[in-house]
Amino acid sequence: MAENRRDLVLAGLEPLIITPNSVFVNIGERTNVTGSRKFLRLIKEEKYDEALDIARQQVEGGAQIIDINMDEGMLDGVQAMTKFLNLIASEPDISRVPIMIDSSKWEIIEAGLKVVQGKSVVNSISLKEGEEAFIHHAKLIKRYGAAAIIMAFDEVGQADNFDRRVEICQRSYDILVNKVGFPPQDIIFDLNIFPVATGMEEHRLNALDFFRGTKWVRDNLPHAHISGGVSNVSFSFRGNDTVREAMHSVFLYHAIKNGMTMGIVNPEMLSIYDDIPKDLLEHVEDVILDRRDDATERLLDFAENVKGEVKSDEKAIQEWRLGTVQERITHSLVKGVDAFIEEDVEEARLAATKPIEVIEINLMTGMNVVGDLFGSGKMFLPQVVKSARVMKKAVAYLLPYIEASKQAGDKQGNGKILMATVKGDVHDIGKNIVSVVLACNNYEIVDLGVMVPPEKIIAAAIEHNVDIIGLSGLITPSLDEMVYLAKELDKQGIKIPIMIGGATTSRAHTAVKIAPQYRETVIHVNDASRAVTVAGNLLDHNRKIYASDIRAEYDAFRETFLNRSRDKNFLTIEQARKNKLQLDWDEYTPTKPKVIGKQIIEVELDVLVPYIDWTPFFRTWELFGKYPAILTDEVVGTEATSVFADAQEMLKVILAEKKLSAKGIYGIFPANQIDDDDIELRDENGKVLEKFLTLRQQSQKTKGAPNIALSDFILPKDSGITDYIGAFCVTTGFGVDEWAAEFEKDLDDYNSIMVKALADRFAEAFAEYLHEKVRQDFWGYDAEESLSTEDLIEENYKGIRPAPGYPACPDHLEKPTIWKLLNVADEIGVTLTESMAMWPASSVSGYYFGNPKSKYFGLGKIKEDQVVDYAKRRNVPTDYAMKWLNPNIAD
Amino acid sequence: MSITIQEAIKKNILILDGAMGTMLQRYNFSEEDFRGERFKDFPHPLKGNNDLLSITQPQAIRDVHAAYYEAGADIVETNTFSGTTIGMADYFLEDLVYELNYESAKIAREVADEFTAKNPDKPRFVAGSIGPTNRTASMSPDVNDPGYRAVTFDDLRIAYKQQVEALIDGGCDLLLVETIFDTLNAKAALFAIEEVKDERNLDIPIMVSGTITDASGRTLSGQTVEAFLISVSHIPLLSVGFNCALGADLLKPYLKTLAQHTSFNVSAHPNAGLPNAFGQYDETPEQTQAFIKEYLDDNLINIIGGCCGTTPDHIRLIAEVAKDYKPRVAPVLV
Repeated sequence: MAENRRDLVLAGLEPLIITPNSVFVNIGERTNVTGSRKFLRLIKEEKYDEALDIARQQVEGGAQIIDINMDEGMLDGVQAMTKFLNLIASEPDISRVPIMIDSSKWEIIEAGLKVVQGKSVVNSISLKEGEEAFIHHAKLIKRYGAAAIIMAFDEVGQADNFDRRVEICQRSYDILVNKVGFPPQDIIFDLNIFPVATGMEEHRLNALDFFRGTKWVRDNLPHAHISGGVSNVSFSFRGNDTVREAMHSVFLYHAIKNGMTMGIVNPEMLSIYDDIPKDLLEHVEDVILDRRDDATERLLDFAENVKGEVKSDEKAIQEWRLGTVQERITHSLVKGVDAFIEEDVEEARLAATKPIEVIEINLMTGMNVVGDLFGSGKMFLPQVVKSARVMKKAVAYLLPYIEASKQAGDKQGNGKILMATVKGDVHDIGKNIVSVVLACNNYEIVDLGVMVPPEKIIAAAIEHNVDIIGLSGLITPSLDEMVYLAKELDKQGIKIPIMIGGATTSRAHTAVKIAPQYRETVIHVNDASRAVTVAGNLLDHNRKIYASDIRAEYDAFRETFLNRSRDKNFLTIEQARKNKLQLDWDEYTPTKPKVIGKQIIEVELDVLVPYIDWTPFFRTWELFGKYPAILTDEVVGTEATSVFADAQEMLKVILAEKKLSAKGIYGIFPANQIDDDDIELRDENGKVLEKFLTLRQQSQKTKGAPNIALSDFILPKDSGITDYIGAFCVTTGFGVDEWAAEFEKDLDDYNSIMVKALADRFAEAFAEYLHEKVRQDFWGYDAEESLSTEDLIEENYKGIRPAPGYPACPDHLEKPTIWKLLNVADEIGVTLTESMAMWPASSVSGYYFGNPKSKYFGLGKIKEDQVVDYAKRRNVPTDYAMKWLNPNIAD
Repeated sequence: MSITIQEAIKKNILILDGAMGTMLQRYNFSEEDFRGERFKDFPHPLKGNNDLLSITQPQAIRDVHAAYYEAGADIVETNTFSGTTIGMADYFLEDLVYELNYESAKIAREVADEFTAKNPDKPRFVAGSIGPTNRTASMSPDVNDPGYRAVTFDDLRIAYKQQVEALIDGGCDLLLVETIFDTLNAKAALFAIEEVKDERNLDIPIMVSGTITDASGRTLSGQTVEAFLISVSHIPLLSVGFNCALGADLLKPYLKTLAQHTSFNVSAHPNAGLPNAFGQYDETPEQTQAFIKEYLDDNLINIIGGCCGTTPDHIRLIAEVAKDYKPRVAPVLV
């Protein structure tokens, strides 16, 4: 059996391996609130950036582990430890080293263990509170995957001489190794470093006993390590740094010789052993090694003559500050250091002809270095994120100057560009960089941030009247999101060119999948530097030529690609019809509605309030969660409660002042399925009124599963039995736009959105209400029904209410049929726009299917043969049908 | 119980299965198929929730497992990659987590037992697949708030514990904590496993498999290969290795580093190359086999299989070439 590795191995982002022969491991000690007043103040004042700088300085100064301690009465230690370690995790130049989680409170230690991904060291546990607690904590430390410092401390007290050190270490070691199964190499004893030269007789052996204890542990407790806080030893010489530094150095020199492998040392408080003047060295060694009875007095006398030099807190100006302004800016960007960036950017600005040049030249030069390093694997993501933060800060500093120079010089911007990372994707570094570069080139940027749903992108594009839409994504699903968005833009007849960028995007995907979905230009932009040229080309006077060039290029690419792409499994429309859903019509007796034909309905808004489904309301506000649980949600609860309270206020106004009105029309008609996929509607006398055209699923199903169309839920005409179908349109949208505009005039976007969101909720509630009335009364096919609001939301009722434009019937051209059938525009004033959207927006329309076997489904992709057939049935040119059904047509 | 996996792994290089998702994609399941009878009225879309298919399309899952065993796999992974309350929250199916894992394990167990019965000399094992979840415990999703975390260690620990209990109840022989892009997530999973082991007083072998995401040779959360190895080695493991993200060729240098530094068994289940621009994998079984042969020539492997894009054909060729090699012998580390 191979002997397992017995070195002490620790890890931050990078490994740290400590062998008995390792160079002494330096533990940084300045990030300790009990030891550094400055650090304590920064933490108390929540100046985390500066607190992080202290940690960074230590790592840059050579600390191989950093000790973090938040034990202070006025601090919430658990919170401070968690927060600070989380922040460190985002600073790769700090978190590359292992963390020492330092606290006397177990809950703070455990909080720390829960946020470090590497293998850290706990500082410390001991037998102080007895064996049971010791074992419990050691077990957990092992399970969290950390090493531990064990204080030479037991129920009796701290070990202060050689024998006690031996006794406690032996006992602790035996318990850990034998009872807990703790790896012996993960045990680090802190043998207590006590001051020497205190003038007290019993302290004379303090250093020597430590050395002897260290040697004993190394000789007798296999694989265990020794650590300790070195500065204690020179406690009595506070104020005289020269002597203290020499004492630390001498102490370490001997401790290391005896087997101490690591310790908490301030590297700036340490002289080099060989550089210590001979006479000082002799006096110090006399004390440390207890070589003379009068050693302490002699050192005290000697110390009088050695002036402690005043050391500046900062190390000598770092070398890199001596470089050229470009070198310094590049350094700051590459290292992610923001301390000097404003200063350097200011210098560059003063030297530049236009402030914008600082971004175009100085900052981009730096970011290109970042890009190259990242591309070649020499930088990794968290570091690049930091670079982006520095970049942001630099640009923020420059913006006012750029604005000012704009007013002085260019009258007009180059254009307005919307930037967004698509739904489901949180990555925005690339997008931010492109935004910055474009903004710097005098484009106005409308940045929607990350995880932006398509509706929001479209709404914002329209609202801001942008010239270009920039979409970014890093993860694979974002590709589909972009395709979807292009389709939606096309569907709504929007004519704004799109730029596509981000790590997973490609020219291939853009050409093959996205471009065909959109009549306007779609172009893939490789990197930020190209964005400016592309945007320029898209908007300049030759844009039409550019657009057609791009289109031609992508078309050609796509054709080549598609010629080699494989076939997917689809049925022909005939085959699909043969595999239609066959309901058992013998089991079904259609219910004749009380009234046949169309009816207008108006209701008081307060009737609708109980029908409101609030969950989507919160989604409008980007608050995700189910109502009412969302109100008490840990993360968004406060926000949700507040917006809900505002909604209730506005609701009161709406009800009291009758700000909205609910108008609707519905009709139920005799109907039968004809020619498999169509539904024929008739009046009471059997005269044909209209025909609903439905689309049939065409993708190959698993065995036994049917290819469904909505028509399958209606009795075929050849059965000779009359079935029924309904249609409806409801609105609560009149007056909404005007009211919202009033708010917008006062720059009150919040209430403007609120009005629209509430109107939407009322429209949906109205649809819900009317559907219930239809089921229970007007049509009455489910007169027995009794459902709660939750049941309604969960759609636990019989029959369905699908709407044109949604998955079961994505065909928007069905809307005009409903409009004609019910004479919607004249009767209640709701009209259809060119792109078949309803106006006012807070409206809902759809069909009613009463068959209890009917269910919601998604059409999925269909093939061209069905489109050709559909065009014939609808009596429209095939091209026209293609255009409207394009999103559902398989490649 | 006949031969344990600890015994089997000493004798032979063990073959792990290939991709589940790639195989399921071939079925082209629709929204209704995902829903099945049981969830036909469920108010939220379920398409894409592959784990759910263990309940709604169990035969498909059974067939995929059987196809891999047929191809020569010693170990198949349960269809539970996203089977935690965190993963299922996207589908509003948190309440189903126990059942999903239990049923998935049971299906794999039954198929394994059928194959073992047919050929007792080649015992088949079931590894409970424990994915990374879609959240990361040591990185902030918000660039402007680096201290923020979308999930905590305790959230993960509790979620993983539930998954682990169900996987064990369903009959898994071992657990596979895989596709680790954030070591802190993995540590929470290992913590949860240790808790279950402790509470039930049982031992169950654990495989740990990380993911190197790009040319920096680091995990997504920034750790080097060695740092990752150190950070997961506090628990006794059956094996440690890498999977996903890269193809076998690009993964090799990192696997080598890992193999040099650990006395645990080493596993690899790489993707079938890098995805093309459409997220599809083009590497043929023959190409994969050639890369894997290089691993074997360098004596890097104890457990070998495939991740995204690999199919029973890939696994068959991997198994064919692996049977001619002796398993890696761990270096003596001093």
